[in-house]
Amino acid sequence: MSTQGLGLNDSVRETAFRAFLDAHLDQEMLRFTTAGSVDDGKSTLIGRLLHDTKSVYEDQLASIRASRVNRAGAGVVDLSLLTDGLKAEREQGITIDVAYRYFSTSKRKFIIADTPGHEQYTRNMATGASTADVAIVLIDANAFAKADGLLPQSRRHTYIASLLRIPHVVAAVNKMDLVGYSEELFQRIREEYGKLTTQLGLPSVEIIPVSALAGDNVVEPSTAMPWYTGPTLLEYLETVPLELVEAKHGPLRFPVQLVVRPDATFRGFAGRVERGEVKPGLRVKALPSGRTTRVKSIVTYDGELKSASFPQSVTLELEDEIDLSRGEMLVAEDQASPLISTQFRAMVVWMGEDPLVVGKTYLAKHTTRTVRATVRTIRYRVDVNTTEHRDAAKLAMNDIAEVEFETSLPLFFDTYAESRGAGSLILIDAVTNATVGAAMINASIDDSESAIEHKPAFLFFQGDEAAAISFREELHHLGQRAVIVDDSLIPESALVAVTRALQLAGVTAISARAALSSETVAALQSSTEDHFVQGLEAARTWLEAKR
Amino acid sequence: MPIKTAPEENVSEVLRERLNHLQALEAESLYILREAVAEFAKPVMLYSIGKDSSVMLRLAQKAFYPGKIPFPLLHIDTSYKFPEMISFRDTYTKEIGADLIVHRNEAAIADGASPWKLGTQNCCGALKTRSLLDALEEGGFDAAFGGARRDEEKSRAKERVYSFRDGAGQWDPKNQRPELWSLYNSRLRKGESIRVFPLSNWTELDIWLYLYSEQIPIVPLYFAEERLAVVRGGSITLIHDGVRLLPGEKPELMKVRMRSLGCLPCTGAIRSDADTLPKIIEELITFRRSERENRAIDHDEEGSMELKKREGYF
Repeated sequence: MSTQGLGLNDSVRETAFRAFLDAHLDQEMLRFTTAGSVDDGKSTLIGRLLHDTKSVYEDQLASIRASRVNRAGAGVVDLSLLTDGLKAEREQGITIDVAYRYFSTSKRKFIIADTPGHEQYTRNMATGASTADVAIVLIDANAFAKADGLLPQSRRHTYIASLLRIPHVVAAVNKMDLVGYSEELFQRIREEYGKLTTQLGLPSVEIIPVSALAGDNVVEPSTAMPWYTGPTLLEYLETVPLELVEAKHGPLRFPVQLVVRPDATFRGFAGRVERGEVKPGLRVKALPSGRTTRVKSIVTYDGELKSASFPQSVTLELEDEIDLSRGEMLVAEDQASPLISTQFRAMVVWMGEDPLVVGKTYLAKHTTRTVRATVRTIRYRVDVNTTEHRDAAKLAMNDIAEVEFETSLPLFFDTYAESRGAGSLILIDAVTNATVGAAMINASIDDSESAIEHKPAFLFFQGDEAAAISFREELHHLGQRAVIVDDSLIPESALVAVTRALQLAGVTAISARAALSSETVAALQSSTEDHFVQGLEAARTWLEAKR
Repeated sequence: MPIKTAPEENVSEVLRERLNHLQALEAESLYILREAVAEFAKPVMLYSIGKDSSVMLRLAQKAFYPGKIPFPLLHIDTSYKFPEMISFRDTYTKEIGADLIVHRNEAAIADGASPWKLGTQNCCGALKTRSLLDALEEGGFDAAFGGARRDEEKSRAKERVYSFRDGAGQWDPKNQRPELWSLYNSRLRKGESIRVFPLSNWTELDIWLYLYSEQIPIVPLYFAEERLAVVRGGSITLIHDGVRLLPGEKPELMKVRMRSLGCLPCTGAIRSDADTLPKIIEELITFRRSERENRAIDHDEEGSMELKKREGYF
């Protein structure tokens, strides 16, 4: 990144700077995460990457030279101190939380999610992995030699990388200096690691022998390992192809973040294109209302766009006035629809202090939509060291399991394998408000038969909660699904959309609210094609007619 | 509502297969700003008048375009800010039509709070942290946008995009909510609040590149100029009204600029010839010292910024 010295005249300097700026603006951004256990030398590796790419300021280097703590040994600068940020961890000598680092080279800008690999901290690793393009898994060559095999932690880290679907995994086999830079040992590690990554079905894997302490193959090629001819770790990071994530070519998913309505002449829907591509003129469908229209324009501060795709944040203006608000979604009319369901199964990484238990209800945030989600069953827990399935009645912090959920309102989703953005959700404890879990959707639990038969309906038992509950039970006995929509998350203004969404998922809406305004009743009557049913007797008649 | 139309030559840029890093950072920041405005009852933006604030303000204009910025800006005025900062603040916020709230800890100021009297730690505590917490409480704000970046300082590297603060406005580094994908948890109990950092993933270089490519106005103190200054304790202090000269000090004209803007007595200038944005960027990439080096607040003792953050500082 060097540019001309200060002695040049302004026009030459301006030209040189322009060239620099053009090159810099062309840079891609790559996010990677590092997984390694306390003693694998991970902080030293990151310190080495920062140091050797000249990303460390002189005053910072001076400050770590002067630090009272030094674990690298006398006379050697402890590069791990560059990344050990918080006081508590400097004292304990371990990294306790995800830390983000930045550096750039002439080729790319990098964001590192430096995640601790200590036994208890699976949740931090999952956090760092959730946004990463590349995972660096550290393998301690010396520990491998002693144990004569991969340590459980290396299996665990690689499994989590596969679970979170990080597109590329690179194993950095560290501490090669402690094993005499042995090619034979490296080949054994490569073979065993290859078996693991094949078993996990990882699509892109690289393995590189390094010494973070001595600097071999991190940034500079090693002279101690002439038998290795592959890229250094930095070369790999600079060149690994960042294919267009499938995101762009998939079907459009545009969750609405908010409605922009500065005055009576403009109404736009602000959001991020989560998947696929949107263009003016595209025929779109609003979920859950099902109303269709065309995109009139893609509005931004910098002018209208001809196209937008993930991860662009834009505002869409539509040709017709349709009802659409936060938590709802625009999709393309002619493309595959998302799954619409109140029931799904998902891989869960549990992060809560209190265990996840069957029957408990959490808040679930999926795209811009927050609903209640009840745990129906835990299908199995994964032993992260062996990837074997085990039975489980509850989940403790750092457990990973496949869990079935039922939500209070339908979600519009894709599987996580198809789309990280449209297939992921977080679980929030409704009492403590803590983020207690991360979930990656495997599949919808199919309800399609009842959905096809289902007619939209809104059953209203004014002020009579007992009647509402008992009628819901009656429906359940007949194999019909129904939910009570009297929830602080659902204001009266949202009732029409909620009823419509439930209908799409094959579920009847029931309410025992004290009152509904005449506008709401009229809107419900019209949207349910006159299946607005009030009172127990009318509900029984409605049910008879259905059967 | 008039909407800007894209000039034709921009089309190829738009159809790129992958966003460049500034476009990717901008897109992420817009997403964060919108998410917070949609989910919090009463957000506010901390406006420090510095370069990062200038970027954050432009991003807010973009996020809600063609609407106005849907929250007020809050400036915590310690009474020790450079006069150039105050005049820039008043002119620029008026020009873009933003609502501005200025808050001062008048009691402490009347008491004569100063870094000479209290030390930098306590002075910041009274005039910045206390004042900020009072302003947030008085305004009933449940979320406050801040321009902090994770690359600024070590304890910031672990900061979340949504940084949870308890009822007393304090930060507990061991009790932060995990943050996955871009699903931010905005749930709060009464009295609790969240600091939202839309620039978390930006670096100092990104900020300057963006200021340049977007032609965003900044306070003139960032540009090198002949200014009256003294060398004090190894750093260069600009001489303004209200800065007391120590015995034996003689102000002289030096070509200097500010790399980071704080309070007059505690923010040093650097010698520089960089009087344009390109020159500043060129200087930045050849100049290997961190931007907060000239801020006394970070260097009182090891882990000093972490302590301030725990108490409620940004």
